[in-house]
Amino acid sequence: MATVSEPTQGALSELTVLDLSHHVAGAYCGKLLAAFGAEVIKVEAPEGGDVARQVGPFPNGKPDPESSALYLYLNMGKKGLTLDLISDEGAGVLKELVVKADVLIENFAPGVMESMGLDYTTLSAINPRLVMASISNFGQSGPYRDYRADTMVEMALSGQMYVNGDPDREPLTSAGYQPSYQAALYTYSGIMAALLARDRDGKGQYIDVSIQEAMASEHQFTLNGFTASGKIRMRAGNRYGSVHPTTILPCKASNGKPGLVSLGISDPTQYVLFLQLLDMSELLDDPRFANPTLCANNHEAFNALVHPWFMEHSAEEIVHALQDNRIPAAFVNEVNEVLEDPQYEYRGFWKAIEHPVAGTRRYAGLPYHLSEAPPVYDRANLLGEHTDEVLAGKLNYDGERLAQLREGGVI
Amino acid sequence: MSSPESPDAKGPLDGVRVVDLSRVWAGPHCTRILADLGAEVIHISGRGLVGRRTVTRETAEAIGIYPDNEPGERHWNRHVLNNDMLRNKLDITLELNTERGVELFKRLVKISDIVIENYSPRVMPKLGIDYPVLKAINPAIIYCSMPGYGAEGPFQHFVSYGTTIDPHSGLASRMGYPGEEPHMSGNAYPDPASGMFATGAIMTALFARNRTGKGQCIAMAQSESGAALTGEASLGYQLSSEVPPRIGNGHVRKAPHGAYPTRGNDKWIAISVGSEDQWAAFCGEINSPEWVTDERFGTLEDRMQNQAELDRLVSEWTCDKNAYDVMRQLQAVGIAAGVVVNADELMNDEHLNDRGFFWKFDHPEAGTHSHAGQPIRLSETPARHYRPAPTLGQHHPYVLGELLGLSNDEISALEESGVIGYEPLVREL
Repeated sequence: MATVSEPTQGALSELTVLDLSHHVAGAYCGKLLAAFGAEVIKVEAPEGGDVARQVGPFPNGKPDPESSALYLYLNMGKKGLTLDLISDEGAGVLKELVVKADVLIENFAPGVMESMGLDYTTLSAINPRLVMASISNFGQSGPYRDYRADTMVEMALSGQMYVNGDPDREPLTSAGYQPSYQAALYTYSGIMAALLARDRDGKGQYIDVSIQEAMASEHQFTLNGFTASGKIRMRAGNRYGSVHPTTILPCKASNGKPGLVSLGISDPTQYVLFLQLLDMSELLDDPRFANPTLCANNHEAFNALVHPWFMEHSAEEIVHALQDNRIPAAFVNEVNEVLEDPQYEYRGFWKAIEHPVAGTRRYAGLPYHLSEAPPVYDRANLLGEHTDEVLAGKLNYDGERLAQLREGGVI
Repeated sequence: MSSPESPDAKGPLDGVRVVDLSRVWAGPHCTRILADLGAEVIHISGRGLVGRRTVTRETAEAIGIYPDNEPGERHWNRHVLNNDMLRNKLDITLELNTERGVELFKRLVKISDIVIENYSPRVMPKLGIDYPVLKAINPAIIYCSMPGYGAEGPFQHFVSYGTTIDPHSGLASRMGYPGEEPHMSGNAYPDPASGMFATGAIMTALFARNRTGKGQCIAMAQSESGAALTGEASLGYQLSSEVPPRIGNGHVRKAPHGAYPTRGNDKWIAISVGSEDQWAAFCGEINSPEWVTDERFGTLEDRMQNQAELDRLVSEWTCDKNAYDVMRQLQAVGIAAGVVVNADELMNDEHLNDRGFFWKFDHPEAGTHSHAGQPIRLSETPARHYRPAPTLGQHHPYVLGELLGLSNDEISALEESGVIGYEPLVREL
């Protein structure tokens, strides 16, 4: 069924995407499409734009809507259009753009698009080939539909939070935006699936992604233990539940860094090798430590026994000694240390990108390369940077029309 | 295409055939989504990798993943987590360290669209089935490899799991009790997260192939998924020169923000008060309207300053209440609050069940179990529950017989020579 045509610069370069996102989930999804060459038009309110612009961190702690790290990262490679969607005129302009678009992404609270007259029923009547994706905290239906949430509340209601942390202390959320990132990834796949279906069936469709469902889908061990045997997975502390040592242990400090090292030993063969390396094979004869599963029940005693060896060796020495014997071990990095890590460096993961306000910085790339369609990396848009270009280019608006919209506060 | 038990409605990936060599979680998480979306995913089990020949009742109880902790005669078909990972997929066994196994694998690749594996980078070349070889057999093949650290660089041969990628990528540095060391996620989070990136990348390559007719190689590094999912923090460090400290359940711009104890054993409510309006509403709900002007709590700055005191007072209010009552009460006035649900509460959550999130699968050897459904909800070509997980080697007749054209005698000969089978191979410990 494949039709052969000239190779294009990006795998998605024929696509036009209207990105009505704010904050994280919708924005990251749009960015992933932009990385493969889609023309992603970020639609922001003329007053202040995306709320992510207020979040930061900022250079020297000084807020500036054009140098928020959160905004800069999540909106790489997009074009910036300002449009007041709440006004009838603004909504009208958007509908004209929908005619020219393949994909629309939004993550307003449920009901907001409808209140602006921009629900899927209306937009698909304008453009039946449109793929529209809505991301929301709890989805477009159900009793929690209008509930409020942030990262922590999503971690709580998706079951992730309960299993993070120490059993005798409060459960832990994570900093950052993992629930929104996961929803963005599900939406990206959903959009691609809908586009593949459109290649076949000729029509678009609607995608409803709930952040809660996305995050509840990212820990099958919890759900499947319960459905299998009624087991309620519990917080295990800074280690992985049923096997040990899969954990983070203190070790000798070096290069001014506090010593910490990550171990991922769950395989009985690797466990035996590990104890041989430590010259502590006699532990295998102790029924408390005979294998990784039994060791998990006695992890505190085990940690105390291996502690002296770890304090004699640095993370560098331990990681290489273990990996030379094909035993999983890793460095424990803060976000600044990840920037210096030799493996990321070697693979060219960090992309130096210049931005007129934020300067040249190193941005995280994508974790995959496509051999025939390498991703393209470009800086985030300034607020309203491409308003004229988009409206003139896509809708043939002339100077007079643009001036009139600007005067009315629509753009 | 006439795959067994094929349903009436066409999924978006109907007609796409996937050869799935992936193991454990990251890769299977990806192919599970492709299968939910209608792809014909042929999982290839190496029988040496299925696990030990016997699982004791004691081990089963420790793991809690076999139905009623009973491993049964064929424990490999009763592992409920594997059965969730294998749902909607087909299964064959094939020993790839045999000449015949490799030959059949190549024939399968010739008639497939996607190959995925998450071995360390040395395995596929050693077996003689790396991308250049498979591309020569089928130039339209999309090949996805997803080793822990990527196929090149100083750590390329490092052995890894999601649990070690977590601290290496910086993800774990974003979790932890105030002032303490980085904390691993309780669920090897980088595994499913990497699977998500692979899923999107594969469909992007399919979209490109619809236009060019050509396949390509998708080279992933799971450690980079973790760093991509903390990209705002590594960029933030460059702008602010500050390494974000660990602040438990606190928030840099919100207070109160935390998990507070409620009635019962280990029951918690997460409460997040963001704006000043929400703060005023919150004070009203907890019967302390005077806090709005209290010098300890009047402004966000005050509340951040006196967080310990504030958290203590909020806990006093929550500790004798039902967590769900607190959630409903606060949500009713527009305050973000959520019960910290455990596995039981999650699977019985009224909202998720109202949306039909859980799918029931009736497995011939494991019984009926509920699993997470598919968060990708497509209006016209929905993800579906097509079939329960296959038993080990269940689809030899379809894949080897119908697809590859082997006769029954030839399939029997494969079994006799150990190239395929229905039980795990004995593994040396």
